[in-house]
This record gives sequence, C-alpha cells and structure tokens, in this order.
Amino acid sequence: MVFRLVWENVRFRPVRTLLSILLIGLQVTLILTLVGLTRGFIDGSEKRNEGVGADLIFRPKDSAFLSSFSGSPLSEKFIDQLAKEPHVVATTGVVTQLIGGAFDSISGIDQASFIHLSGPFMFLEGHGLEKPDDILLDRYYADQRHVHAGQRIGVLKHDWNVAGIVEPGKLAHLFVQLKVLQDLVNSTGKVSQIYIKLDDPRNIDLVKKELDAKYEGYPIYSMKDIESYYSVDNIPLLKYFTDAVLGIGVLSGFLVVGMSMYMAVLQRTREIGILKSLGASKAFVMGILLAEASALGLGGTVAGIVLSFGTRALMNTLMPASLPQAIVPDWWPWAALIAIGGALLGSLYPGMLAVRQDPIEALAYE
Amino acid sequence: MSDAAIIRVRGLRKVYETGKVYVEALRGVDLDVPAGEFLSIVGPSGSGKSTLFHIIGGLTPPSAGEVVVADRNVSAVGDSGRTELRRKLVSFVFQKFNLLPNLTARDNVRTALYIAGRPTDPFDTPFLNILDLLGIAGRLDHKPSELSGGEQQRVAIARALATKPAILLADEPTGNLDSRNSLAVLNILRDLNERLHQTILMITHNAEAAAFGHRILHMSDGRIVDTPV
Repeated sequence: MVFRLVWENVRFRPVRTLLSILLIGLQVTLILTLVGLTRGFIDGSEKRNEGVGADLIFRPKDSAFLSSFSGSPLSEKFIDQLAKEPHVVATTGVVTQLIGGAFDSISGIDQASFIHLSGPFMFLEGHGLEKPDDILLDRYYADQRHVHAGQRIGVLKHDWNVAGIVEPGKLAHLFVQLKVLQDLVNSTGKVSQIYIKLDDPRNIDLVKKELDAKYEGYPIYSMKDIESYYSVDNIPLLKYFTDAVLGIGVLSGFLVVGMSMYMAVLQRTREIGILKSLGASKAFVMGILLAEASALGLGGTVAGIVLSFGTRALMNTLMPASLPQAIVPDWWPWAALIAIGGALLGSLYPGMLAVRQDPIEALAYE
Repeated sequence: MSDAAIIRVRGLRKVYETGKVYVEALRGVDLDVPAGEFLSIVGPSGSGKSTLFHIIGGLTPPSAGEVVVADRNVSAVGDSGRTELRRKLVSFVFQKFNLLPNLTARDNVRTALYIAGRPTDPFDTPFLNILDLLGIAGRLDHKPSELSGGEQQRVAIARALATKPAILLADEPTGNLDSRNSLAVLNILRDLNERLHQTILMITHNAEAAAFGHRILHMSDGRIVDTPV
C-alpha cells in the first residue's frame, strides 16, 4: 500500500516529477561527466604512454612521475648513455610541452629512434615528419581541429604544415621534430623523459635495479609502475578539482532536491492532513515522503547516467583529443548514493514540517 | 441505542492563542452521547461546534476539561494517543469530502484500512453490503475527479466506515451537495445508524439536515444552549 501511495503520488503530478528527476539527473550528469573527463584524460595519457611500447621510462632527477606534464630539464646525453646499458636495445628522448587548452600537449620526437623503439606510425593521411615545420596529428586532434594533411595549423604561436594524420594511441596527439621543439621552447639539448626498450621484458626488474643504483635520484618507472601511478589520487590538482566539483554537485543536488521536496510538501499539505485525519502516524507520513524522495533520487540517477552518455557523445564529437570523456560505471553507485542521499536529506526538513503540521490547518489548506 | 455514553464531555474549554489575542472557542461544555445515537449539533459560525467536533475526534487537544471517547480519556493523551484514537475509534466525513485525489475510490478505502492495520484486500462481506447501500460498488475504480460530488461524499462515508469506527463524525456532510444529493446522504447516514447502530455525531448549519438525528443540540458562544439562537 505504501508503494502504491508513493507511486500514485509520483504519477499524479507528472510535470513536477519529471522536473525533479531532471534536476537531480543534471547533478548526477555533472558528477559523472567530470569524473569521466578526469578518468578519460588519465586513461588516455596512460594508453598513449603504453602505446610507445617502451619497458622503462627515465625521468629528470627528483621529479615525481606526474608532477609535471611539461618542460624538459633532462640532458639528452642520457639517451646515448642509456642505450649502452646491458639489455637495452633502444632509447628515445621526448620533449613534452603544454599548448593552449588545459590538458593538450605537443611532443617533440626524434622520428628515427622513436620509430625504432615504438614501431611505425599508422598513417591515415599524408606522411612522416620531413621538414622542420611538419607536424603529425592523431585522428582525435585532427578531427577536433577539422584539419587534413597538407593544411596548416597554428600551435605554440608557430605555423605548422600538417604532414600526416595518424592512428591515435601513441605518446601524444601532436608530434613535431625534437630539435625544432627544443629550439622553440628554449630547451636545446634537453628532453622531458627518455623511453627505454629492453631485449626481454623479463629483464625489466633487473635493469631497473641496476639503473636505479647507477643513476641515483633519477626516477625510473616500469610500465607496471605507470599503471599504478596513473590515478586521480596521484595528481593533486585533479584530486582537488574532482573533490571540489563533487562537493558542489552534492550541495547543489541537495538544495535542488530540498526545494523540490519543499514544494511537494506544500502542494500536498491537504493530503497530509487527510492522512493524519485517518490516523496516520508521523512516521507513516515521513516514510511516504522519504520513499517519494528516494524514488525521485533513483529516477534522477538513471536520468543522469543516460545523460552522461549524451555528454560523452558531445565531448567526443567536439573535443575528442582535449576532453576525452570515459563512461564510469564504477561511479554509478556513488552517483546513486549522492542523488538518493541528497534527496533524503533534502526532504527531511520539509518532511519534519509536514509531520508537525496541525491536521486541522492542513485540512483547511487550499 | 444503548444508555451507556460512548462520548462523555465534562467542563470542556478550548482557548486559541493568536499572537497576543486569546479566543475562547469553548467555555465549559458538558455532553453525553449514548452508543448508537445519531446526534446533530447545530449553531452559527463561531459557536464552537467545529472545535467540539475536532476535540472529540482527536484532531486538537482541549485546553481544560475531560473528554472520554469509547472509554479513552482523550484529554489525558498526547499527540500519539490522539493519532491512535483517529486510527482505531473515530472516523470523519468532511464537507469537502477530503478524498486523496491521486487514488481511486478503492485505494482511498484501502489506505484507511492499511493505516488502521486492517486487511486491505478483499473487502469483507459487511463492508460490501455497505458499499451496496451507498450505491458506489461500481464506482470504486474511479478517481475522485471522475466522480460527482454526491459520489465523492459516499466514497468518503465508505472510507470512514471501512475501519468499523466506534463513532462517525460528520462535519457539514451536505454542505457541498445539491438538495437531491444532500437528501440521499442524510438518508444513508440514518440508514447506517439504524441498520448498524453506528454512533453518528453530525454538525450542521442546516436545520432540515439536523432533523435527521435522534437529538439536536444547539451551540452558541462556545456553550450548549437549550434553545436555538
């Protein structure tokens, strides 16, 4: 009977119900989209790093793995030096530089050594880097900028010729020649990191141990390390960002649901009076209101999840390289908890008002 | 009708406080209602009849005096005690019907049964007979907005009787009905009283409606008076 009462209440005012669900759904979408963007960025970076095909990454002295996405403080003399170490079959140095947009970066590569280590690019259009102003774009970035091979684009206040479009998944979205980028960012002779390929993956631990001893203070990471380092918790800025957004999402969700439930209680003052005249206890009336809030929270969660697929489609169409959004099913229960919890908390105050209402006044409410 | 009083009121007073203004709605009411009586209470607006009705029905507490309903001292219980009184011993029929608008007539009745802790399905035979008497057995699956005023009031009466209350409290039950439906509802109330010995306390402005009761009490200025005012 309680289920029927709740269901009929929800059904009786379809516009209010739909608006409430939509408002809660928007909060859920906001949370899922922002978490999805963070996850998409991290996952994309991880996959591109893995896509290089290296076994170890050599980083500048005393640098944390994800402490910086930009700059080139590592001398390139280490590239040849590391190439001579036992079990090392290939090395390549890379300069990474942030460009316009929060998370976009360009990579300077030595094309020959990079291909030797990583394998050839899969070209969709054009060819490799030949001239100093040549740039390679992956498909995501080319789609985002709506450019094709042979066209020109401006990056880092420099005019580039799009030499080729390649399949995504290897190191970066944009590639230029190492020397050109070094000169452009005043880092001649310096790189951001060095990728190392070994003769056998089974030697990773052994080589890492030897290199750690020999190059003290220079962080050396295996791909397994990268997997564990690529998380929001290892990027303080992203963690604060995510926490702040979630906090705002929960607070605004709480206020929206609270307002919605307050209106619902006002609209149903007379009905609450009727229930009380029938002998309904405070707990019964409160139970009905909380069950209704939970139903709206659940509906909002479903709507929010569906809408998050929409925002992903939008992001992946408009900015597939800069703002890749992942679908985050592991966050759905959290989103439901936040939405339903917010709905319950938001309906507590109007619910308390409702159950305290004088039945005579409630029955006289027009 | 039994001689034993199912409602006993002694020295009942009620004062409403609105800011610094005190309004004395009841100024010492004494009343005995035997079980099975159909009692009409008449009086002009502000005479205190609605306040008396609300206190006997446990919708509001008295300021002073004693009210005993079906052996329960209503004046000595708190909010939960009055809620229990409404759930188990008294039922209301209001002028504005007060059906839950989002539920069908059947679900309105079932809600009252559920709150009273009684089985909600199927309706028992005596109650089905009441539905026949009320003439709404075929209208149970309609929502209030799909029913006429007369039908809505009959559903309200059915809902009130479903929980088998000791006392049926009717507040201007014909106030929103045309003369034909008013007469039908009053006849139904008298029939229920005669057939089921249902104790009914009805308040009304209308002298003709009041005449359907066994006894008519007049109220004025918060007191029961001997003659109409």
